[in-house]
Amino acid sequence: MKRVTAFCAALLLAACSTDYQAVGPIGGESGTELAERQVIHIGNGADPQTLDPHRAQGVPESNIGRDLFEGLIAEAPNGDLIPGVAESWEMSEDGKVYTFKLRENARWSNGDPVTAGDFEFGMRRSVDPATLSVYSFILSPIENADAIIAGELPPDALGVKAIDDRTLEIRLANPTPYFLGLLTHSASYAVHRASVEASGGEDYWRPGKLISNGAYQLDEFVVQSHVKLVKNPHYWNADAVTIDEVYWHVTEDINAELKRFRAGELDMTYTIPKSQLSWIRQNMPDHLLIAPYLGSYYYGLNLTKPPFKDNKALRRALALAIDRDIITKQITAAGEIPAYGWIPPQTANYRGAQMPEAEWTQEEREAEAKRLYAQAGYSAENPLRVELLYNTQDDHRRIAVAVAAMWRQVLGVETSLVNQEWKVYLDTRNQFRTQVFRAGWIGDYNDAYTFAEIQHSKSELNNTGWANPEYDRLLALASAETDLDKRADYLQQAERVLLEDMPLIPIYFYVTTRMVQPWVAGYEANIMDHFRSQDLKILKH
Amino acid sequence: MLRYSLRRLLAAIPTLLVLIALAFFMMRLAPGGPFDQERSLPVEVEANLRAAYRLDEPLYLQFARYLGGVLRGDFGPSFHYRDFTVTELIATGFPVSFKLGATAILLALVVGVTAGSIAALRQNRVTDHAVMTVSMTGISIPNFVMAPILILVFAIYLRWLPAGWGGSLRNMVLPVIALALPQIAYISRLTRGSMIEVLRSNFIRTAKAQGLSTRTIVLKHALKPALLPVVSYLGPATAAVITGSVVIEQIFGVPGIGRFFVQGALNRDYTLVMGVVVFYGALIIAFNFLVDLAYAWLDPKVKYS
Repeated sequence: MKRVTAFCAALLLAACSTDYQAVGPIGGESGTELAERQVIHIGNGADPQTLDPHRAQGVPESNIGRDLFEGLIAEAPNGDLIPGVAESWEMSEDGKVYTFKLRENARWSNGDPVTAGDFEFGMRRSVDPATLSVYSFILSPIENADAIIAGELPPDALGVKAIDDRTLEIRLANPTPYFLGLLTHSASYAVHRASVEASGGEDYWRPGKLISNGAYQLDEFVVQSHVKLVKNPHYWNADAVTIDEVYWHVTEDINAELKRFRAGELDMTYTIPKSQLSWIRQNMPDHLLIAPYLGSYYYGLNLTKPPFKDNKALRRALALAIDRDIITKQITAAGEIPAYGWIPPQTANYRGAQMPEAEWTQEEREAEAKRLYAQAGYSAENPLRVELLYNTQDDHRRIAVAVAAMWRQVLGVETSLVNQEWKVYLDTRNQFRTQVFRAGWIGDYNDAYTFAEIQHSKSELNNTGWANPEYDRLLALASAETDLDKRADYLQQAERVLLEDMPLIPIYFYVTTRMVQPWVAGYEANIMDHFRSQDLKILKH
Repeated sequence: MLRYSLRRLLAAIPTLLVLIALAFFMMRLAPGGPFDQERSLPVEVEANLRAAYRLDEPLYLQFARYLGGVLRGDFGPSFHYRDFTVTELIATGFPVSFKLGATAILLALVVGVTAGSIAALRQNRVTDHAVMTVSMTGISIPNFVMAPILILVFAIYLRWLPAGWGGSLRNMVLPVIALALPQIAYISRLTRGSMIEVLRSNFIRTAKAQGLSTRTIVLKHALKPALLPVVSYLGPATAAVITGSVVIEQIFGVPGIGRFFVQGALNRDYTLVMGVVVFYGALIIAFNFLVDLAYAWLDPKVKYS
């Protein structure tokens, strides 16, 4: 009976109590006092598909990869590039040859020194078709990389050469101002040659076998549950690493993830359920971090057939009739930035371009939209009937409904909404069986080119079928340019050409949303949403 | 009995073959493939991948190769989990699902049968109505509502139990309860219904006339025949519960094999989906067979030859 009473009392209490709160000030009296146990639990979204850095493709495995491995270049918490295994480097005058000096004290987790030969081996392995890497294109600025990926040249033709144990030379096909940033990507990591070769490349990434050169080494890999990392005692900067154990948890269900965070089982989440945003803002505002993200949400138009083929006026009319403020303030509502250009404003090596109507009021834009719609040959009697495709997800549906309503209200367009499961959607989109399709593009590296390239007429990523020789020409000029200012100019001009032709309708720029416990120190949001556990600390709580 | 068992086992082979063929070709009919992603792959890279996974061969050849593999117990490499074979994934996931599912089914059986029998004995009285109301609620509230409520109360507000998975006993409590609740509800209703029927039958009346105590009548004479419908329900239910519940695994982050069904299909992980389908199919066949054997033991009227 006593127990039952206690239970009922607890339930009553539960009904009116809030979540767990830390006892005493976080970080002790000084505010910086560390917790005794330095163990962090991080929500990591889906399962990592592999821990092999050269086969990695998703965000979950990239996150773990930054803890396990260190590239020649690393990223500071704010996203700045800092020396990784390379302690210094030089670039030739023409911007095509980089020479890296490696740290003398860089070590693998078994104590072996990390050598230039390991990077040479790693990058060759990365572009070798036999490795079955899907992200090897990251290395494509390197001499011969594309030909090797295509199977036309052997992997040792790659322009990467170990001059001696501590000197690595990389030759590029073209000057590439964002090249150093690419060297933070897992496709460029070194792997421990002896263990990879001993296993025939088969299972060297298993716990107990994986030898890594980052701040951590692999301890457990439980599919659908977690990856546990422990500190690598041989890491060159091990003294500066505070957290001893890192758990990267699989948190596919974002509602469950939030509950685990509220129960104190997670120190950081991967994301938040959008439907809970207002609850979080009210109840746990201090735990919520929102920051700009290198991503663009847009509606692509299929230019290979009517109605959008050769009908610029119609494309522009649809773009102008969308009230982006309503979408970002009332639908997505997490602080997304209304997009009047294609490339996110905080992108590196970039000077933003916007559609000329960006400065107008929405009324002015709508008036112009009506004029263009009529010019395109449509009217109330002869309205445009169009199909809008999106992949099945609530946020996409809500945006599609709103856009369809705006198009109907302003122009009288009759939109039918079609949703498809992700892979079906990709299939439909890639085969150009669309009219309007929703899409998002997240930059692979922090440079305007990662956005610019997908609309190149020859790109496999071009799903609109848009081809503009002027755009391609400007991209080619930018690729060959060593002067950063001039290059930014070319890219800006290219974006203007794109926005003038409007093969895609920018809607908003993404933000990252994440819950972080107040006792996690050292976390800074950055535009790539990259962080390393070695920069974090757990404060006393 | 032995001949019957052998016949049943032989009959399982064509059933499994049909299942494998259906699953194989339906999976391939679905639009989109395992290598489709937001960033389309360069043509050469995709061709390499297709060749490595032998997707470039004619479909009938792939099917024959797959069947050959299954015979050797080799379900092939997973398309999505690139570091694992499907056999490995099932071998690590199934013990977890089994542990949770078997505990849940046992719990459901004990609680469900007890509650159902009590309700039957107190038919149309307060206890009966209470048990049936609770079990009706149990059936009606879906897992994906019940599990978050359990987490909210016991993990977030009370902080008695963890919300996620960690492999310990404490981690098992909430998922087991969430898994067992609907089963308890169903089993108690089944038990109640058949118990009421059995209690009205002639042999029970005879037992009563002989002056046996209610306790003896229920436990010794009525329970066994009353369990028949429960047992036939239990076969497929056990197979379903021990192969993991997608919802429960997702919500509690349990590393079982239930999620493989859905994630595998969404990722077009052909081999993984096939692997769990074959595994699940074989389990269902095995459990139905066990149910039939249990029937022979429970019901003297059932004889196999």
